[in-house]
Amino acid sequence: MVPLSYYLALSAILFCLGVAGFLFKQDIITVFISIELMLNGVNLAFVAFSRALRQIDGNIFVFFVMVVAAAEAAVGLAIIIAVVRNRNTLAVDAMEELKD
Amino acid sequence: MQLTLFLIFAVVAVAGAVNLLLQRHPIYSALSLVTVMGALAVEYLLLGAEFIAFIQVIVYAGAIMVLFVFVIMVLNAGEVASQPRSKVAALLGLPVLTLLGIILVSRVAGPFQHTPIGLGDFLVQTGPVGQSLFHKFLLPFEVTSVLFLVGVLGAVVLAARREKPALAPPPAEKAVVAAQR
Repeated sequence: MVPLSYYLALSAILFCLGVAGFLFKQDIITVFISIELMLNGVNLAFVAFSRALRQIDGNIFVFFVMVVAAAEAAVGLAIIIAVVRNRNTLAVDAMEELKD
Repeated sequence: MQLTLFLIFAVVAVAGAVNLLLQRHPIYSALSLVTVMGALAVEYLLLGAEFIAFIQVIVYAGAIMVLFVFVIMVLNAGEVASQPRSKVAALLGLPVLTLLGIILVSRVAGPFQHTPIGLGDFLVQTGPVGQSLFHKFLLPFEVTSVLFLVGVLGAVVLAARREKPALAPPPAEKAVVAAQR
């Protein structure tokens, strides 16, 4: 028997690591990868609650999260390719036009 | 048995996530994320979510991460030179994030300490998932297909090279292109 709280704790830790990567990393691809890590953390919470409440809906939500993540990865990576083609750098610090 | 498996793969997942943060080259970060996803697939199996576990491996670790690795290879991405940060961010960043983690763990996970999850007494098999997906969640499912269509079009439009059009552009457009260069 594993308490539900263990799964939620793991989910929270993965989410926080994802937030840390999103905020600290300096190349745009790793920032994007960190978003996927956050999504994975949330998915684990969905599945754990689905299991604890004996409802199937949590599994369906995870399915939709994965679908949205796939669409997001396709569009986001296309944006990254366009950005890198225009500026020849992956550094997020180089993209600061909105500051001025 | 269940607790042992949970702990082993939880440690693998967290170690993969930490490695993702520590690596400087994006390809190592992407491969660490594949490790995390594999470990999470085992956790899903422990939770009885077979369908999600297999989808996790096939779609997430397979398709989406291949897309990432492919883009990293296409762009020939290397390490990004580290930029200096503000002192406030360097001082406060980690403590505040640790605080966020502690609050999340204690407030969200804490109340469920006495909700045990047994092994195999509630299996979510593919059949019921399909039933639910195509009855209760039919509209979101169809909306998802529109989302994918938009995503595909957006990706093609964004990533397509527009410098050399296949057909000869009309003279006016040529002049504009020349002026932009």
